[in-house]
Amino acid sequence: MATVKSEQMDLLRFATAGSVDDGKSTLIGRLLLDSKSIFEDQLEAVEATSVSKGYDYTDLALLTDGLRSEREQGITIDVAYRYFATPARKFIIADTPGHVQYTRNMVTGASTADLGLVLVDARQGLTEQSRRHAVILSLLRVPHLVLAVNKMDLVDFDQTVYEKIHAEFTAFATKLNIPDLEVIPISALAGDNVVNRSENMPWYSGPTLMHHLEHVHVASDRDLVDVRFPVQYVVRPKSDEHHDYRGYGGMVAGGVLKPGDEVVVLPSGMTSKIAGIDLFDREISEAFPPMSVTVRLEDDVDVSRGDMIARPSNAPKPSQDIDAMICWMTNEPLRPRQKLAIKHTTRSARALVKDIQYRLDVNTLHRDQETKELGVNEIGRVQLRTTVPLLCDPYSKNRTTGSFILIDEATGVTVGAGMINSSS
Amino acid sequence: MTPTHTDYRLSQLDQLEAESIHIFREVAAEFEKPVLMFSGGKDSIVMMRLAEKAFYPAKIPFPVLQVDTGYDFPEVLSTRDNWVNRLGVRLIVASVEEAIKNGVVVDDGKTSRNRMQTGTLLHAIEENGFTAAFGGGRRDEEKARAKERVYSHRDEFGQWDPKMQRPELWSLYNGRLHEGEHMRIFPISNWTELDIWDYIGREGIEIPTIYFSHQRRVFERDGMLLSESEHNPLRSGETVEERTIRFRTVGDLTLTGCVESTASTIDEIIDEVAVARVTERGATRGDDRFSEAAMEDRKKEGYF
Repeated sequence: MATVKSEQMDLLRFATAGSVDDGKSTLIGRLLLDSKSIFEDQLEAVEATSVSKGYDYTDLALLTDGLRSEREQGITIDVAYRYFATPARKFIIADTPGHVQYTRNMVTGASTADLGLVLVDARQGLTEQSRRHAVILSLLRVPHLVLAVNKMDLVDFDQTVYEKIHAEFTAFATKLNIPDLEVIPISALAGDNVVNRSENMPWYSGPTLMHHLEHVHVASDRDLVDVRFPVQYVVRPKSDEHHDYRGYGGMVAGGVLKPGDEVVVLPSGMTSKIAGIDLFDREISEAFPPMSVTVRLEDDVDVSRGDMIARPSNAPKPSQDIDAMICWMTNEPLRPRQKLAIKHTTRSARALVKDIQYRLDVNTLHRDQETKELGVNEIGRVQLRTTVPLLCDPYSKNRTTGSFILIDEATGVTVGAGMINSSS
Repeated sequence: MTPTHTDYRLSQLDQLEAESIHIFREVAAEFEKPVLMFSGGKDSIVMMRLAEKAFYPAKIPFPVLQVDTGYDFPEVLSTRDNWVNRLGVRLIVASVEEAIKNGVVVDDGKTSRNRMQTGTLLHAIEENGFTAAFGGGRRDEEKARAKERVYSHRDEFGQWDPKMQRPELWSLYNGRLHEGEHMRIFPISNWTELDIWDYIGREGIEIPTIYFSHQRRVFERDGMLLSESEHNPLRSGETVEERTIRFRTVGDLTLTGCVESTASTIDEIIDEVAVARVTERGATRGDDRFSEAAMEDRKKEGYF
């Protein structure tokens, strides 16, 4: 670790999921401990607290439960983000709580994840909870999934236990959209197959969890074909030195942009060419996701925040009618005719709920068409009408231009997460 | 022109930079009156660099705010001034000294100046009508900070309610506010201490000299090495001696300890940080030691 600088390292974001007692905190503690990312003062504090609470072991969950109320109740309430690095990669863990009532936190953690890690207890096998987590990860299009079969030490490292869970999960996963699945038998407590290969499971020939996390290929998950550049900020120096400078700051959401490329600005439909791409004081020859750059155009076309730069032959269609899956995140249910604020890429508007088509039972995948509202932590298919056109793609094509949030206009709180199926 | 990327992969440091620049631009576009909290420490210098990049070749479109405890290291204040002058941004100084004089905060002789920064800061935010304040907090620093959002909502009392945080999805940040409320913005949430040092090394930017190894007259208190200073009267049994040290964090000099070190270049500091077995705050910040939830409690009151 000492010799590798993060300059050359790459980044993997992963979200953890699992039921309350599946050993998630222990596993995260183990990953942090074995990658030497836990510091002595943190460990000492956890040891001291464990002693004062009368535990007869060091409770690694205390490392991750950061809030007073979490430590009091011994549960994780909210998403926390943790960091560790190995010589190969830096990792950002979205540590999401396992409780049923916190599905929204799982959605939050999964929204930015490259990989989802679902833990099951080998003694229990697949539970409703593990299925629900897999469904959410697949809905959120997290491209890689790891099912870690934990507590193998408590089933005598029995291969048949692992294989039964493996088979059951693979069968279930065929109903979902999970492009890459790895099933790894581990013991988080004893450290088997977490960082070091287990001698107790010679029958397992796959990678250890850490090896898999270090080597899973995530760069190819980005869309490098369809150019999508939501304009975020217009850079106008108004100084003598840069009097005529006019650039469009933003983060590339898809495709590769190059100087000389023909582009279209949406929703106006005006066309121009890319005159240059700036990254601070350098001109660069191309920009791709997720770079934050400033694009200059050859013509003086009217471009403002909320607009989108794309290719003339390959552009999203502006639309005010959106069909989307929504995860509802607040106690007051979502109902037809409700009006909400919507934020999609850099564009803000208002949205009217035209219809709630069905509520998805994330345990059985059953589509309930009778219920015409969505309660907290429920997911359903909804039709929206927006005040201004949104420049969107299906979420399955692009996680940036295909996603939005809904905001309660009275409280200002984020109440819904949306994934676009289609727009018309 | 830089060479073509053949594999279209960004290093993790480039990814972090891109994400932070995105956050800076989002706030500048959506908030009425943002301000950048700038102490002159390493994290806020990286923030300043990122803001410089986000709006280049335009100037940073908001002022910077320093909460001056009156006990700040002179080396840090001079670095602060160099940055402010070079970038041509407006510096607002909110002084704890003045806040005490004006009755904004109360000096009971027991509360640290660091803790009195909270009231001083909230007063400055209110007085100037700031609706968003960028802070250099990192989630790797401390377990309460690990729970922090990039956009952290504060009510009209400046309070943080960790149980009522807005879910943060994709890179869609929700900046809605009611009258009197403001948002704390943490663009470098996902950076670690090592990332900060790697970035300072890569960018070759100026940081206060006290981060590098030097000789200093210090004394030991509660297991920490503190600087000799008129603001820090010796207690019985404490003796001053000269040692070779450097600082891992900078803050109020009565509470910020230093570590023995011979690291005198960025590369040497990176090597030292990479093998450090104690967190920067655990090693050198007296203010985090009051209780297990010291940071959480201070943040609830309005600390950054």
